[in-house]
Amino acid sequence: MTGARLNTLARLRGRIERIEAGADTHALHKVALGHAEADATLCGGLARAAVHEVFAEGHQGAAATGFIAGLAGRVTSRRPLVWVRQDFSEIESGALSMSGLAELGLDPRLLVTVRAADADAALRTAADALACDALGAVVLEVWGEPRQLDLVASRKLTLAAQASGVTALLLRLAATPQPSTAETRWIVRAAHSPPSAPWHAWGAPVFDAELVRNRHGPVGRWIMEWKCDECLFSEPAANSQPVAATPAHRPHQAAAQSVFRRSA
Amino acid sequence: MHPTVVVAKQNNALQIYALDDFAARSGLEIGLPLANARAICPELTVFDADPVADARTLGDIADWCDRFTPLVALDPPHGLYLDITGCAHLFGGERALLQTLCGALTRRGFVVSADIAGTSICARTMTRHVSGKIIADGEEAGAVGPLPVSALGADVAITSGLRRAGLKTIGDVDARARHEITARFGANFTTLLEHALGQGDAPISPRKPLPDYIVEKRFPEPVATDTVIAMNLSALAGMLVTAMDKQGKGARRLEASFFRTDGAVRNITVDTGRPVTRPEVIDRLFRERLDALNDPLDPGFGFDLIRLSASRTEIVVQQQRDLDANVHDNDELAALIDRIAARIGGKRVVVHLPQDTHIPERAVLAVSAQHHLAAATEAAWPDRIASEPPLRPLRLFERPEPINVPFASVPDGPPHQFTWRRVTHAVVRVEGPERIAMEWWKQNGEALTRDYFRIEDAEGLRFWIFRDGLYEGELRSDEEGEPVLPKWFVHGLFA
Repeated sequence: MTGARLNTLARLRGRIERIEAGADTHALHKVALGHAEADATLCGGLARAAVHEVFAEGHQGAAATGFIAGLAGRVTSRRPLVWVRQDFSEIESGALSMSGLAELGLDPRLLVTVRAADADAALRTAADALACDALGAVVLEVWGEPRQLDLVASRKLTLAAQASGVTALLLRLAATPQPSTAETRWIVRAAHSPPSAPWHAWGAPVFDAELVRNRHGPVGRWIMEWKCDECLFSEPAANSQPVAATPAHRPHQAAAQSVFRRSA
Repeated sequence: MHPTVVVAKQNNALQIYALDDFAARSGLEIGLPLANARAICPELTVFDADPVADARTLGDIADWCDRFTPLVALDPPHGLYLDITGCAHLFGGERALLQTLCGALTRRGFVVSADIAGTSICARTMTRHVSGKIIADGEEAGAVGPLPVSALGADVAITSGLRRAGLKTIGDVDARARHEITARFGANFTTLLEHALGQGDAPISPRKPLPDYIVEKRFPEPVATDTVIAMNLSALAGMLVTAMDKQGKGARRLEASFFRTDGAVRNITVDTGRPVTRPEVIDRLFRERLDALNDPLDPGFGFDLIRLSASRTEIVVQQQRDLDANVHDNDELAALIDRIAARIGGKRVVVHLPQDTHIPERAVLAVSAQHHLAAATEAAWPDRIASEPPLRPLRLFERPEPINVPFASVPDGPPHQFTWRRVTHAVVRVEGPERIAMEWWKQNGEALTRDYFRIEDAEGLRFWIFRDGLYEGELRSDEEGEPVLPKWFVHGLFA
């Protein structure tokens, strides 16, 4: 199934669920991630106008960054993205590279980076940015566990996101999950690239994403691959080595079959 | 009271640099060696000269003088020019202005000599001998004439030359034909003389460029509470916008000056990305800025004058808003950027421009979002190659971090394992090398060619590492003839 079809399917599923749920406002404004199981667990996808947290250990910073960039790419839909980060985070795990972001299929033209000196300034700036409804999403990248980022701060971010409709994505590096008002909370690690033939290029971003909190549904753990071309998450290809298609699946055969079926 | 002098070292001897009235009455003068001075006047109090502190104090006084006119120029070491053209009536006329200024400075303990004249040089010449005079237009020659030539402030050589020639007063010099003076003392001196006599004027060079628009509010009773200050600032913002609006202008740089009753002046500047035309926006920008100040605005005993000026303005092009939602969005984004920049500084909010180079760390330029937002949204980024995995890392280290590589199977091949930040990573997959040669036409030092490898370790972490230097040609031997091993670095991390 191609990404676009998956996307459509997920959107339709979301729509049906919305009709069925009726008063459940949380089903509104959801963006399908593209990974079927994850979308099903999240009842249609990632909610806009909410706070989502992504946790990772310090050395997994790049994987978590890739995952959150994917989430941001899904929810922004051609609107500007503000990325607020602490100076320390850049020293520890490197600066966000625009070339790398472009390689993931995201548009560096829509990104405004704010280099905050400390957690206080970062938090304040993020709250400020969340109030601006011209944005698609705000990413707040924080290293470690600053005491300012408590339940109150989390609640403030949630309220700001709800008021403006902007999605808040928290990238928490070298931190352990703590109670917060986040809609979803993920723990992300890097996963191995899918096995491939030696002549085949490897290295597509693959994440081991564990959903540890979901306010409106169950949790789960999946291996997700980010499709840079379609700008979409998907299940990793089980076997990415090219396999010859069986005769029944060859296009002209398929066409003949359908003709046959129609006449039957 | 003891006579007091300030001494500075000149020609390897301590000489008097400045002195007070008591000292002058005891017969001391500037330039006298300290030893002689002590002989003349044993109960002398002596201080060391501090020209830096003097200059700073003069700057502070100039700041304070900003309340009278925006055009204040320094005349080091201890003079100030104020261009009060069109300002005097605000203070009840020239006489009242002069009295206010001298009175206020005297109360703070300064000895002031101030005069008003048609040309700056004439006024300066007058202050050397009389204070509190106002010279009407056309009376310069009469007023300056009886003063000694030293009042002109020309070179010591010229002054003594004039004295030796028997020309004791400015009037004497004026009586001679100009070409004689020029032949003997140079054209510069003639110009100075003419300016002092009111026969021509040189412009002063103000410390700050004249702002395009100024609004201000004076308080008979100083204001000190935050709410009152904020309220007045909003009112001023409204007045400023009204003034700018008449000429279709918007402010790109705003400056608020707070004049404290004790003479201290605090200037706070806010830059904006696009011309501001709404008082609420100005109000909000200043609120953000004032909130985020490292040393907060200290009203002390209160401010008696608050001034808001637009030091840079632009013509505002009114855009059709309602049909194009995108324009509106961009406006909101620009406003947000301005607000964040006012709080944490313009350099900390950046957008990115692609650069025409293949050196990874220079491929992207981070520029201030306030000034380059439009350029960044229209920048042409190189397209990614479809159906390829990312070829550039998502996180790039500003400076590559060295790693330990024990050995490689072939000299210029990838490593089997490496140690980075005290953790050993076993290499599971490798892609490369991608060879990136440095720009030899730009480097003045020696930069080595890099071989980049994409690496995946046993945990699934993906690295971008490189070997600095080629084996053939670039790597040298050390003194003992042993080949120097190339260094390895990790430059970035893939998602």
